Amino acid sequence: MDKFTKVTGVATPLMRQNVDTDLIIRIERLVDNVTREGLGPYAFEQIRFKPDGSEDPDCIFNQAPYRDAPIILSRENFGCGSSREGAVWALKGMGIKAVIAPYFGDIFNNNCFQNGLLPVALPIHEIEQLADEMKASPGNARITVDLENCQVISPTGRTIPFQVDARRQHAMLNGLDDIALTLSRRDEIEAWQASDKSSRPWVWL
Amino acid sequence: MGKTLFDKIWDSHVITDLGNGFVLLHIDRLLLHDMSGGKALKEAIDKGYPPVQPRLIYGTPDHTMSTKPGRTEHTHPPGLPLIKSMRETTSAYGIKLFDLGQDGQGIVHVMGPEQGLTLPGTTLVCGDSHTSTHGGMGALAFGIGSSELVHVIATQTMVQRKPKRMRASFEGKLMPGVTAKDMILHLIGELGTAAGTGYSVEYAGSAVRALPVEARLTLCNLTIEMGARTGMVAPDDTTYEYLAGRDYAPKGAMWDRAVAHWRTLPTDPDAEFDREHTIDMKNVAPQITWGTSPEHVIAVDRAIPDPRTGPEEKRGAWEAALQYQGLEPGKPIEGTPVDWVFIGSCTNSRISDLRAAAEIVKGRHKADHVTAWVVPGSVRIKAEAEAEGLDRVFLDAGFEWREPGCSMCLASNGERVPPGKRSVSTSNRNFVGRQGPGARTHLASPAMAAAAAIKGAIADVRKI
Repeated sequence: MDKFTKVTGVATPLMRQNVDTDLIIRIERLVDNVTREGLGPYAFEQIRFKPDGSEDPDCIFNQAPYRDAPIILSRENFGCGSSREGAVWALKGMGIKAVIAPYFGDIFNNNCFQNGLLPVALPIHEIEQLADEMKASPGNARITVDLENCQVISPTGRTIPFQVDARRQHAMLNGLDDIALTLSRRDEIEAWQASDKSSRPWVWL
Repeated sequence: MGKTLFDKIWDSHVITDLGNGFVLLHIDRLLLHDMSGGKALKEAIDKGYPPVQPRLIYGTPDHTMSTKPGRTEHTHPPGLPLIKSMRETTSAYGIKLFDLGQDGQGIVHVMGPEQGLTLPGTTLVCGDSHTSTHGGMGALAFGIGSSELVHVIATQTMVQRKPKRMRASFEGKLMPGVTAKDMILHLIGELGTAAGTGYSVEYAGSAVRALPVEARLTLCNLTIEMGARTGMVAPDDTTYEYLAGRDYAPKGAMWDRAVAHWRTLPTDPDAEFDREHTIDMKNVAPQITWGTSPEHVIAVDRAIPDPRTGPEEKRGAWEAALQYQGLEPGKPIEGTPVDWVFIGSCTNSRISDLRAAAEIVKGRHKADHVTAWVVPGSVRIKAEAEAEGLDRVFLDAGFEWREPGCSMCLASNGERVPPGKRSVSTSNRNFVGRQGPGARTHLASPAMAAAAAIKGAIADVRKI
């Protein structure tokens, strides 16, 4: 997994509720033979592009200060819906390193932590203020997301703490592979399975 | 203090406590489908992690296969590499694949219960958010992403944090025209799409106890649409009757032993939940969604909501939804002209769903301007329906009778509602572009969808 320690940059205020993973990446892009790394151009395609394929200038992702922004600000329930991990790959492909929202879809949240993309949960009033500060100084405002100290630093220098599971924080800071860690407990897993085979034999086909 | 159904299953699957609230959880069943299954297996193998418990893994192609009558794997060419990869990787490790054209193939969440692979008290995962469906059997089932899939293939475990507990109790009798689909849509309408985030949900109450297994599967299917990864119904005699004799269900003395264990699973009377919500079935009418989120739902005899009178924080979302859907606030939703009707998906493609739709359709004909599809959930359901003559009922009414698969629920096999067209669908998501770019989706029960096809407009099934 890619490491994440800190990111400083422009944050795009995509201030809508329930940004679902169908909106982030259309399912057919995950059927077509597009690589994980190649999904960026298709992220949010339904709002970034018009039906004729041209860029929609009204979409905030196509506007100058936000075009290469590494952070997204959004409202409640970001990443709800389908479990497709392609949503996280597409966000990473468009250069997103962190998403700040009041809360996230559970499966999307887990998928982020598998890929080094940081979901940051902050109260909505903080996010609205961050969005206002971004818009007040377009092109100059920057936000910092610091995982080591669990804080967001606003364009005007306010420090906003956030919470993250200690286990996940450690894994992300160090880019750890969950599978290798789990396999180091192979003896415990096999002991559990041996015991279960005698207590619930019908489960073991 | 007593334990909940969820806690009993969770606690008995904890291999070890990892600290900071995380545990290593054993996974009893892994189900694979063509979108993510073959890729995840290949990734695991390439990384040097071949499947450790191939006999606990089962697969079937559903997402990218055409459902056109007489289809083969070549009918929708983009799915071809996916099914080929699934075949290669499963056969290399002796993983059972219910392949295209074979008995048992179907939508993965239909296949599991149908085969008796989904058992009460088991943990079951799949790379699909509607894995919550299997909770209708009393299993702890949830959807996962691709990386977590690889972890399960490699270790048959998951690193998980225990969610909070919510109980949704439905009390009383179902009113005319009301189905499990209406119950869960009504609940999502009351609580919103994020009420379940961070929770596991147990569905309980007299109305749930009275539901047959297939309806319980529908109920649990939409759990993810209120934010919770897992929803479940306690197993009971209804469950055991459904399960007895199925291909992979235990048999003989083993069956008796299993049932004795399953009878210990239901929530203890003194168990506590972090959140409780009760619904009086008198207040649940046939539902239809109007917007672009499953929480945008009303009883079919109500008016389309007005954002100006709705909650302030939802105003923007409601306005955008109405604009996308091409609807005017304040007008009755009944009578809104419809172009497409889709009966199918892991939500509503089982034999009881097809019977309910056929009952409305029988002796009638679809409206001329409507394209109506019926996509059975599995090869077995299709055969059962044909043996009962349901295919003739639909075909005589001008519907298309198709092959099993996910089809127009998410349009990943190229089967789409055209841009700007309005669809009444028995599926689970009315998101922007879900059924195809620009498609306008209204979610409803199979009977409501059938009624819309007949009337050519959103219709109240109670008036048919």
